[in-house]
Amino acid sequence: MNRIYSINGPVVKVNDTKDFSMMEMVQVGEKGLVGEVIGIDTRYTTIQVYENTAGLKVGEPVKGAKMPVCATLGPGIISGIYDGIQRPLTAMTELNGAFVAMGSALPALDEQRLFDVTVTVKEGDTVKGGDVYATCPETPLILHKCMVPPNIGSAKVVLTAEDGKHKVNDAVLKIVPDGGYEPVALTLAQKWAIKTPRPVKRRKTITMPLITGQRIIDTVFPIAKGGAAAVPGGFGTGKTMTQHQIAKWCDADIIVYIGCGERGNEMTQVLEEFSELIDPKSGRPLTDRTVLIANTSNMPVAAREASIYTGITIAEYYRDMGYHIAIMADSTSRWAEALREISGRLEEMPAEEGFPAYLPSRLAEFYERAGYVETIRGGEGSVTVIGAVSPQGSDFSEPVTQNTKRFVRCFWALDKSLAYARHYPAINWMNSYSDYADDLEAYYAENAGEDFTLVRRRISALLIEENNLMEIVKLIGADVLPDDQKLIIEIGKVIRVGFLQQNAFHKDDTFVPLNKQLFMMRVILKLYDESVRALSKNALISDISELGWFEKLAKMKYDIPNDKPEMFAEYEEAITRSFYGILISGEPEEAT
Amino acid sequence: MIDLQYAGLERINGPLVVLSGAENVSYEEIALLKLRDGTKRVGRVVEMSGDKVVLQVFEGTKGLSLKNTRTVFTGKPLEIPLGAEMLGRMFNGAGEPIDGLGDVFPEKMGDINGRVLNPVSRAYPRNYIHTGISSIDFLMTLIRGQKLPIFSGSGLSHNKLAAQIAGQARLSEKAGNTDSEHKNENKFAVVFAAIGVPGDTADYFKRIFEENGALDRVVMFLNLSNDPIIERILTPRCALTTAEYLAFEKDMHILVVMTDLTAYAEALREFSSSKGEIPGRKGYPGYLYSDLASLYERAGVIKGCNGSLTQIPILTMPNDDITHPVPDLTAYITEGQIVFDRNLDSTGVYPGLSVLLSLSRLMKDGIGEGYTRSDHPDLANQVFSSYARVQDARALASVIGEDELSATDKALMKFGAAFEQNFLSQGFEESRSMEETLNLAWDLLCLLPRNELERLSDDLLNEHYDPKRALRFTGV
Repeated sequence: MNRIYSINGPVVKVNDTKDFSMMEMVQVGEKGLVGEVIGIDTRYTTIQVYENTAGLKVGEPVKGAKMPVCATLGPGIISGIYDGIQRPLTAMTELNGAFVAMGSALPALDEQRLFDVTVTVKEGDTVKGGDVYATCPETPLILHKCMVPPNIGSAKVVLTAEDGKHKVNDAVLKIVPDGGYEPVALTLAQKWAIKTPRPVKRRKTITMPLITGQRIIDTVFPIAKGGAAAVPGGFGTGKTMTQHQIAKWCDADIIVYIGCGERGNEMTQVLEEFSELIDPKSGRPLTDRTVLIANTSNMPVAAREASIYTGITIAEYYRDMGYHIAIMADSTSRWAEALREISGRLEEMPAEEGFPAYLPSRLAEFYERAGYVETIRGGEGSVTVIGAVSPQGSDFSEPVTQNTKRFVRCFWALDKSLAYARHYPAINWMNSYSDYADDLEAYYAENAGEDFTLVRRRISALLIEENNLMEIVKLIGADVLPDDQKLIIEIGKVIRVGFLQQNAFHKDDTFVPLNKQLFMMRVILKLYDESVRALSKNALISDISELGWFEKLAKMKYDIPNDKPEMFAEYEEAITRSFYGILISGEPEEAT
Repeated sequence: MIDLQYAGLERINGPLVVLSGAENVSYEEIALLKLRDGTKRVGRVVEMSGDKVVLQVFEGTKGLSLKNTRTVFTGKPLEIPLGAEMLGRMFNGAGEPIDGLGDVFPEKMGDINGRVLNPVSRAYPRNYIHTGISSIDFLMTLIRGQKLPIFSGSGLSHNKLAAQIAGQARLSEKAGNTDSEHKNENKFAVVFAAIGVPGDTADYFKRIFEENGALDRVVMFLNLSNDPIIERILTPRCALTTAEYLAFEKDMHILVVMTDLTAYAEALREFSSSKGEIPGRKGYPGYLYSDLASLYERAGVIKGCNGSLTQIPILTMPNDDITHPVPDLTAYITEGQIVFDRNLDSTGVYPGLSVLLSLSRLMKDGIGEGYTRSDHPDLANQVFSSYARVQDARALASVIGEDELSATDKALMKFGAAFEQNFLSQGFEESRSMEETLNLAWDLLCLLPRNELERLSDDLLNEHYDPKRALRFTGV
């Protein structure tokens, strides 16, 4: 029996090195706290404990589980809320009350719940890793597909259960792997080590955007299905709000939301809102397609480190069934700090700002698990990762932001000054970028409009021009600019207020379909082109302003409902007519 | 085993002592160190390795030698006695009474480390606390169950503000309250923790509480700046344990005011370095975020429980630097922040709060229809946005001169000055009702041309906008 030798915060050492392997799961102490082996040297085995170690004694037993820390994957995960090591928080309140107790050995999945199982293979069939052997409706939105674990090569089915009601741990299939004799029972659930990516056949080229209904994202800085994006921003710039909006409205099949070292009240908010909000496409509450991992800032730090891996393992599992998953990690900085904290307890040599030297490789390992893939059974699925970054002191040059930038192709930089002016989403259009825009060009041309990329580029160009002019305005005021530059300032304002700013609390504006986004841009450009033409014919910018179109377009996001795109044509016609007024009679016809 | 005494120590280092040969000791357990002169000190196990135990001694190690102590392990984590009669009492940082009124009769003992609240059991905070301070009620509304820190600097009036909030805070009068809360004023109480503050600051709070007759609704925990640092690490925990007991077991609405968290973080740094830990940013330990979170996250509302725990931690930003690790990490955990502005403060505006830097994350769900007034959210948005533009106009004016500004920018300048003088600024004794505050905001916005109020709908403007309302400010 191995016993505890020393305790320092979440780090426990055992005076033995023979019985343990790296990354093995262990049970620490009489209470059986969950831990993981993170180091073995000549004298000691070092273990990080995923729970609070208060009350632990030197000499208490430590048992190895002979397997790595695993997630339990099976029906019942969706709509659940778990802590960082996949303990079910709802079931824990029933058992332990309002406060989290230590050493809770509850199973991750509800073992009593009955699922309506259809077995899809028959005796005598040959199956291989990734093949579906049973299906059951998990929520009204998600059909769960039980797959042969990927590490099984090829096997013969020797026994199947009847279709009907089964619990997660019921054996529904017995198979004999090729070259073996012992039958292996497969239940509805399987285990998978959280730090090992689930295998895929190959990665596919990215072609589809993740539609979020947020204009600045979909149009200006799009994210692809299977892509990775980072949302860095100081406190109060709306990281969490942006993540929530994407989680609510994006067109992924399943959302995995990881609250990693963040506020408890925020998780409560997600829980409440998602059960009230109805998904417009299916008419079902959003919880029917959401998995929540909540490891709040006051929960044990080692479990915070694990929460990211637990979340992405769940995402990969559903990807293998052929679903598109979006995973939100709020925030990866807290996860990096968990690495730093544990590294400090291990007295490792620190690199930049006290973070361990392996920070970049850990970040890369995480973001590389995103992708649009061909699964091992030949289907398609994707995992899109959106990670929030909370830079210390809002300084983007700190190590987590800088290293993240190297592994993501989409960067939505949140800006303090925009947030102060209550310009939300506070994504700064000068510092952000998306490398996916080119990959997605074909999709937009086909699904939104041939001119989408062109229109988008013109809007971006106007914004850049406006930004340059604003530098001058800051010094000398707007009055001295020539009319054509004043026009840029006015149009820039329309784009900023009318297009980029989006009101999450407005029933129409909270989600805007792609075609409306395009129409909005077209109308703005129409106004710009007409104004340029009018100016070239010696009209004054003040005449154009009097038409009232600048104000009217700034409010069109509210005035034109999402389901009435035909109104845009009316707007365009009206613009033509009122400019006609200026040019012909000099008597402008006001906007109505 | 509890009676087993260990004679002597192996090593003493700052507030830490090392003991060897101890058996059956558990992590974070409390030990009593009995000195030869009969006095006792309390220590906590912070590290164990083989048969060596590292203890941190709360009262400091002055006078300890390797020979003159006997150590007894209690087998328990640090607990303090809790009871309803703690209201009106005063304790030191370790939870011992210092007002000479004797021990508290314990209804139960509470582990000061608290336990983690399961996010599933939390109720989302929605009802606001009316502080009577316009800027806070209107622009950074405090919600029951929220943690909203005050970021200040040395010499600014944060203590005055905290005292005013503690004195005049009331539960919201409007809908969203159940009747029982309405009737029972006694259900509101303040837990005050002085963490490493000078003696006169502590006296100031005591005097203010006495003056406004609130003393019997206040529990005070005092750790002055010359008290031992280990005790300083316990002070907020004792205060929060008491607050949790009153809120969640006695169904009271508790406001916890803690000052100064920077002193707390410094105590933690001192302790960490004496333990020989690898330092993180500015020498603070790498676990500062987790440690602060273990305090702040104890605010909240529990489902099925009528009480609430609201926190107003106060911290002074060293060199007024908001990117310093303590305010920075705090703001990442708390639900917003109230930030003092030295320039405003020095021009005589009290409370001189920086509107643009301040924020209450929970206010969006606790204001508007059914909570305050239906126009509150849009109105607040408009004021934020207009006041942000005031800063741009001022920057421009400082370059080209005020006379050269456009008409809109001139109106903005006027609005900015009137807003600071009439809205932000208010008296120490003055408590404005929500209605007064909202109407005042409308009056001020009427200084601006109607077409500049882009965040307000036409319906609202038709109802409220009238340039005459602003006439009284035009003399400013």
